[in-house]
Amino acid sequence: MSTSKVSAEQISYLKEVKRKKQFVLGMQLAILLFFLGLWELAADLNWIDDFVFSSPSRIVKTCIDLSVSGELLKHTGITLYETILSFLITTGGSIFIAMLLWISPTVSKILEPYLVMLNSLPKSALAPLLIVWLGTGARTIIVAGISVAIFGGIINLYTTFRGTDREKEKLIYTLGGKKYQVLFKVVLPAGIPAIISNMKVNVGLSLVGVIIGEFLAARAGLGYLIIYGSQVYKLDWVMMSIILLCIMAVVFYQFIGVVERRYQ
Amino acid sequence: MGVILSLEHISFTYHSEKGEIRALDDISFSVSQGEFVAIIGPSGCGKSTLLSLISGLHPVERGNIIFHGNTEKQTSTNIGYMLQKDHLFEWRTIYRNVILGPEINKSLTKEKEAEIEDMLKTYGLLEFKNKKPSELSGGMRQRAALIRTLAMEPDLLLLDEPFSALDYQTRISVADDIGTIIKKEGKTAILVTHDLSEAISLADRVIVLTKRPATVKKIIPIELSIENRTPFSSRTAPEFKEYFNLLWKELSAHEYV
Ligand SMILES: Nc1ncnc2c1ncn2[C@@H]1O[C@H](COP(=O)(O)OP(=O)(O)O)[C@@H](O)[C@H]1O
Ligand SMILES: [Mg+2]
Repeated sequence: MSTSKVSAEQISYLKEVKRKKQFVLGMQLAILLFFLGLWELAADLNWIDDFVFSSPSRIVKTCIDLSVSGELLKHTGITLYETILSFLITTGGSIFIAMLLWISPTVSKILEPYLVMLNSLPKSALAPLLIVWLGTGARTIIVAGISVAIFGGIINLYTTFRGTDREKEKLIYTLGGKKYQVLFKVVLPAGIPAIISNMKVNVGLSLVGVIIGEFLAARAGLGYLIIYGSQVYKLDWVMMSIILLCIMAVVFYQFIGVVERRYQ
Repeated sequence: MGVILSLEHISFTYHSEKGEIRALDDISFSVSQGEFVAIIGPSGCGKSTLLSLISGLHPVERGNIIFHGNTEKQTSTNIGYMLQKDHLFEWRTIYRNVILGPEINKSLTKEKEAEIEDMLKTYGLLEFKNKKPSELSGGMRQRAALIRTLAMEPDLLLLDEPFSALDYQTRISVADDIGTIIKKEGKTAILVTHDLSEAISLADRVIVLTKRPATVKKIIPIELSIENRTPFSSRTAPEFKEYFNLLWKELSAHEYV
């Protein structure tokens, strides 16, 4: 607060808080190192077959080999591109469509059963159709990624928008506002927490959609590498791709965490 | 003094699939320029509905609402409406909250900004200008909400139980505070309340409504024999208790018996 002198108790309290944070971080790192170490050891001592289970050192080697040939960058880059694009379209699209539905309750009543149906449909069932319609390539994968998350997002955001405090909406009208001003001055700002949690869901689901899409219809990308690797028994590729996906997911979440903190 | 607002035989019914709810039945009264009118009535009788009709949020179903003797609504009359809760937006600072009206009307000029700045200063909120609403006390929030309403330069202020969300003690001081500001700004005001002493201490006239569908039961002018009447000093006037008993009886006739 505004007190310029911090008491000794406060200082020791802050130290304690910091110590605890460092302990948590330390333990997290320790678990990771322990797991990697055990894996490597088990492979070296032949407790597990490293042809099937791979090992950290084999994964690093694979990583280096594929980096040198430029393939790593290509596959990761494609998956990254497809995921980001499908995430952006999903997020933007669901906000936009939820806004339109909010504007017209009648239209939303008409569309409701269709949205519910599309949302509960297993999207993998659509994949073969998408391949026939759009061919194999980035476009199909991106559409697959979008299809997984967008309907749930629309329903979710629309419910949030509809649930905005009626009295707050009324306030805008008492100040002489119109419906679009209710939307932009109240409904959207009040919906930001919901929009951000929806973004978190979308990141995960876009990644799921993109990987499934790449399994079925791609000639490049980490999903393709996983499927191809498993078919030709290059399990180092598979393991490496999975680990890269883990890293990618973490980075996406961190990024949304940054956005979240900005709007708090 | 001119009549700023007259209601003539206003009736209103809510329609829903479950049936219709008659909220107002043949209500007539008028309000003069600079007058402070309090409306009391049992809860759920239609007081908020009445204010919504006056403000134009609901279309008038039956009867006439006349501003400045002119049926063409809202041509010259600016109406400020203060709701039960302050509804300050947590995602805006106090300053950005109080400029909301002019921002919506796209009338936020440099002069307007200076004017609002002045009001914040006069009413002790200038140093909280860049704070979030949650950092202010209930009384200060209510004052910010009043400034937000006054920034629209209303000719007529509608106050819908604006103090009822506050605890008892804050409520008395905030009601006095807000009442004094409104008098000082020379505004015409209609206050809906269910607090009898609030009505007597603030109003020039009290309109008593019956239970739903609301009709005008009685209109009681408040005349207190004290000099320089303020909301606070009104409470010490010798007639205060008599008015209180009178209003109590009027209300009790249907609500509490
Ligand atoms: N939008 C609405 N639809 C249907 N009935 C309503 C609506 N708003 C209020 N009512 C009903 O109309 C009556 C009067 O409401 P209101 O004007 O809010 O009363 P008060 O402000 O005096 O407590 C209440 O019985 C309430 O249930
Ligand atoms: Mg009410």
